[in-house]
Amino acid sequence: MTKKRIQRILFIAILIGLVSIGLNLIWYAFEENLLYSFSPTQVLNNEASAGQTIRLAGMVKEGSLINGTDLLVEFTLTDFLNEVTVQYRGITPDLFGEGQGVVVQGMMQDDIFYANENGLLAKHDENYMPPEVADILMNQ
Amino acid sequence: MISFFGNLALVISLALALVLSIFPVTGYFLNNEWKSLARPLTLLIFIAIAIAYVLLTLAFLNDEFSILYVASNSNTQLPLIYKFTAVWGGHEGSMLLWVLFLSVWSVALAMISLRHDPVTVSLSLSVIGFVLLGIIGFIFFTSNPFDLSPRIIAEGNDLNPLLQDPGMAIHPPMLYLGYVGLAIPFAFSVAILIQGKFQQQQLTWLRPWLSLCWAFLTIGITLGSWWAYYELGWGGWWFWDPVENASFMPWLIATALIHSAAVTESRGSFKSWFILLSIIGFALSLLGTFLVRSGVLVSVHAFASDPSRGLFILVLIGLILGISLLLFALRARVFTSNQTLNLLSKESFLLANNLFLLVASLTILLGTIYPLILDGMGLGKISVGAPYFDLIFLYLMIPLMLIIGLGIHSDWIKSSSSKFRKLIKVTIIAVILPTLIILFLDLDFSIFTLVGYWSFLWILLSTLVWAGQLFFNDKSKAAFRQQLPMIIAHSGLAIFIFGVTCVNNYSQTIEEVVALNSSIEFNEREWFFGDLREVEGPNYLAIEAEVIMTDANGTINFYPQRRIYSNQSSAMTEASIDANLSRDLFVALGDPVNGSSEWGFRFQYRPFIRLIWLGALIMAIGGMISTIMNHRKLRLA
Repeated sequence: MTKKRIQRILFIAILIGLVSIGLNLIWYAFEENLLYSFSPTQVLNNEASAGQTIRLAGMVKEGSLINGTDLLVEFTLTDFLNEVTVQYRGITPDLFGEGQGVVVQGMMQDDIFYANENGLLAKHDENYMPPEVADILMNQ
Repeated sequence: MISFFGNLALVISLALALVLSIFPVTGYFLNNEWKSLARPLTLLIFIAIAIAYVLLTLAFLNDEFSILYVASNSNTQLPLIYKFTAVWGGHEGSMLLWVLFLSVWSVALAMISLRHDPVTVSLSLSVIGFVLLGIIGFIFFTSNPFDLSPRIIAEGNDLNPLLQDPGMAIHPPMLYLGYVGLAIPFAFSVAILIQGKFQQQQLTWLRPWLSLCWAFLTIGITLGSWWAYYELGWGGWWFWDPVENASFMPWLIATALIHSAAVTESRGSFKSWFILLSIIGFALSLLGTFLVRSGVLVSVHAFASDPSRGLFILVLIGLILGISLLLFALRARVFTSNQTLNLLSKESFLLANNLFLLVASLTILLGTIYPLILDGMGLGKISVGAPYFDLIFLYLMIPLMLIIGLGIHSDWIKSSSSKFRKLIKVTIIAVILPTLIILFLDLDFSIFTLVGYWSFLWILLSTLVWAGQLFFNDKSKAAFRQQLPMIIAHSGLAIFIFGVTCVNNYSQTIEEVVALNSSIEFNEREWFFGDLREVEGPNYLAIEAEVIMTDANGTINFYPQRRIYSNQSSAMTEASIDANLSRDLFVALGDPVNGSSEWGFRFQYRPFIRLIWLGALIMAIGGMISTIMNHRKLRLA
């Protein structure tokens, strides 16, 4: 084998090594940041593991929204089968309101779902219904 | 009436596109006169589509609510300017704008480049004809903006209030010009594959198109980021939202294309790589258009409710991608060059640039469509958090930043090591200066802040040292002029990085409840909530707060609003922003606390956030100048 050939083989081996390390890191970061979405019914059935950040999707129940002091917002999230109480601290985004679909990112603790900072996601239009809820309505 | 003539114009353009997609290609193989049909057909298609577009605009101006699309996106109360922009406010109209732009690009290509390279350009026009055929067919059969509404509607549904905004008025056209412009390198590449020969000189006429569409794409994305910043009221400038990703992926590929085109034109290598990249770029821009406008992103079920729409475009993307990749597989061997690649040559730095940009774009693709695929297969609903994109993108960009400086200072074929000697000083300054400043001023910092400053100075200095070297040597004045766009664009990138670093590390935000006639402290400034009143707009009612900010330099008044549009029940935040180059102050009004005179407010301080958009605009200006210069060079030649 010539010197050039050995060099070339070495180069390719290093390249393959680096690429596979890179791909592994990408996949790791990807899996670490996957967020699973659930409906209130699924959460109450304990389908989500406790103490894990998840997304909860549903409709804000009419008459349940309270803008408390100190920017504490509380509302009931429903999928028309079951309900979960959600607490959020902060200013609510546009297009968030009673009767609207919303996705909340946060964690379930002792029967209350605590939303993260900036964890209220209502960036759609007025007629938005999360697919989790639409699914349930369709199956009824 | 309008509906009838609109449909007629669509049908005519559809028929013409069919002819365009068949005849010039057939003419090429039979070697007959059909080749010369490309130019007149392109013009006729443009006229037909333009008529359809003007008719739709007229329908909006006349409140023609018998047309379903107008009824669902406009309203008699809508201000005139937004009646023009509402034409592309929904899915159907924006697809029409898309084909209008594609035909504008194809006419420009026929007018300007046909004489430089008649065979390739007429084949390219034929390829564009095929794409037009697909998209016009898509519009006509599944998303027809001229469909009549099933019942009589007296009053329209109004344009989404988020879109009633000057920034939103120009953002989609710019973005679309860029998106659609990627059809030109794509059509060129397919034309090259059909012919089976690729001369590097052909890139001389193609490159101005490339830099122009890249510049539009850059401006479009920048406007979108700016709009999201002030209109959504969150004070962020990038969210890794699927909609944003959809525009960013083609941008990354277009950037890679610009750089690999430089190699192919100068050295004749990377030909098949260039072709492959332009196919990927256009596929991503089609995918992006589809993702943003079809409703798939909001919910995969919009797909299920109108399967024909999703299926049509997926089949179209599959067809376009399949045919071009098949051609590529058959022909790519023809373009291989036997040049060896030296590690320290400009070619290998540009190749590394391309690899990092491609990988970055593919990781974003993974994070964007994996949840859709999983949901589509019924395997659960997931989303990919922003930290994934932040992390991966950052790590991929750090080596790229390093490559930029090295690449600028390298030579084709093989660089002598003396070339890089100047960079040693640059490296020392770029690393030591910010580190010392941060330690000396005892600022809060993380390793990423430092990396940000290092990259900023490294790119800026290595670019400017190179520029100065060319400028102050009489022999290289011409080279300086030729490389001016590159110098401008890279300086813009450096400014952008500086802005991002500052915003990420020194931003401040608080959300507080403030009672009327009281004040709070934030960012060493005093904020007084002085007044609350109702304001009436053309099609909305607003509650407006007056907040008076006092600091060492005097006072500034802020008037944040919450608007309720006539056809909506929920309020829209209209933030009040005081901006200058070094900082933005941002006040948004939230909800009142139940049963009291206290209101929620969001106050934000964003240092140097304007530099993010300014840097991006400077990059776009570099692209524009490159287009103009290369085009002029071509005319003189």
